[in-house]
Amino acid sequence: MEPTPGIRPRPSLWRRLDGAARQSFPAATAAFGLIVVAGPLGLPGQAALGPAFALASVFFWSLYRPASMGPLVVFLLGLLGDILGQTPPGVLVLVLLLTHGVAVRWRRVLVRLGFLLVWFAFGALAAGVTVLFWLLCSALALRPMPLPATLLQFGLTVGLYPVLALLFIRAHRGVAAPERA
Amino acid sequence: MIRLSIPVRQALARLTLPVFIACAFALMVVGKADQLLAVRARSALGDALVPIYAVLARPAAAVRGYLADAYGLLDLARENARLRALNARLERWRAVALALDAENARLKAALHWIPTPTPPFVTARIVADAGGVYARSAMVATPPGAPVAQGAVALDGSGLVGRVTGVGQRSASILLITDINSRIPVTLARGHARALMVGSNGPDPRLIYWPEGSLPAEGERVVTSGIGGVFPPGLPVGRVHRGPGGTVRVVPAAHLGRLEMVRLFDYHALLMPHAGRKGP
Repeated sequence: MEPTPGIRPRPSLWRRLDGAARQSFPAATAAFGLIVVAGPLGLPGQAALGPAFALASVFFWSLYRPASMGPLVVFLLGLLGDILGQTPPGVLVLVLLLTHGVAVRWRRVLVRLGFLLVWFAFGALAAGVTVLFWLLCSALALRPMPLPATLLQFGLTVGLYPVLALLFIRAHRGVAAPERA
Repeated sequence: MIRLSIPVRQALARLTLPVFIACAFALMVVGKADQLLAVRARSALGDALVPIYAVLARPAAAVRGYLADAYGLLDLARENARLRALNARLERWRAVALALDAENARLKAALHWIPTPTPPFVTARIVADAGGVYARSAMVATPPGAPVAQGAVALDGSGLVGRVTGVGQRSASILLITDINSRIPVTLARGHARALMVGSNGPDPRLIYWPEGSLPAEGERVVTSGIGGVFPPGLPVGRVHRGPGGTVRVVPAAHLGRLEMVRLFDYHALLMPHAGRKGP
């Protein structure tokens, strides 16, 4: 893509590093969050936090900054989540890729909507992919997985989104904004 | 960089997502065909993360400790009364245990009993016990070069915790007895009836396949039976509890909710002292 015309500072090494850091902020925070959430925090229902966090991150950044949350990044995040969360490899990968695909496809409609409507859309999408997550895990283990854990995961995913979105919006306009580099 | 025309670039951009989705399906097939692959990946990642988690564990444990202290201060009087009653009961049991111990020693001496040796073990700190949405497991930090074997049995101070399913350089993962994939042959201590303990991802595993006519009694002790050769016989597992709807459950003796340290016993080294057991 051609840069917009105008006067801009010389791209020194620091400026480029700063730009790269801002570019990779979404992926880095998502990976870091996945690792911390799988750590020894001792929270109740902690196991469901990982997929919930990954889903909310992928959805938010695919919607508002798809350049920083491409399919490769989503794939790698899914892989990390699968290994950390001990789901069969590929399950979270597929779920996150589908979330990313839906978010990118509906982008033009969703970015114009208010926060509550976006949250509602995310809830509907989360319901779908959580069911898919359960189906894939059950099919690959050849036995039905417990439903309470699935419900908890869905609840956490929907409940976590506003909190994360609040933080992400601030980051989107502040530390992670590429135009501020 | 290769210069591509705009339509080609757009077509490629549109293709990336389907290609990655196909890769995800391929990953599922490969992961199902070679289950060791995921275990190895997990061990490698565990090795990388163990130092981070070990650092993270300290403040987290401190916060949990403060919370427990604060909570304990709230009903100090009731806790004291409970502990006094418990202490009185334990004193009585101590006398019984000492008498039984002496009798046991006398009988063993009379029979020229060969004592079963203690298997080699290492004590390891739990650094992460979050598990997964559909998995109950824990990760321990093991000192480099420590002899932790695949299949080693994990016990905490009061009972069976699980078994080692993945061994890395500095970490090992333990499949807890509450995991949905856990199947443990057990014996009911009172009638010596055998049964199978099946994990359900919940806090209390279920008991199935007990012989007809010997319904497990409430509060009955459950120990491992040793059938199958994975667990040695006689390890304390828990107590029988009749759940709602007539399900028979086992309340684990180990404190699986707040694991801190476990001992990993290598019983196979005892059975086959010269076989360097590796692999699943």
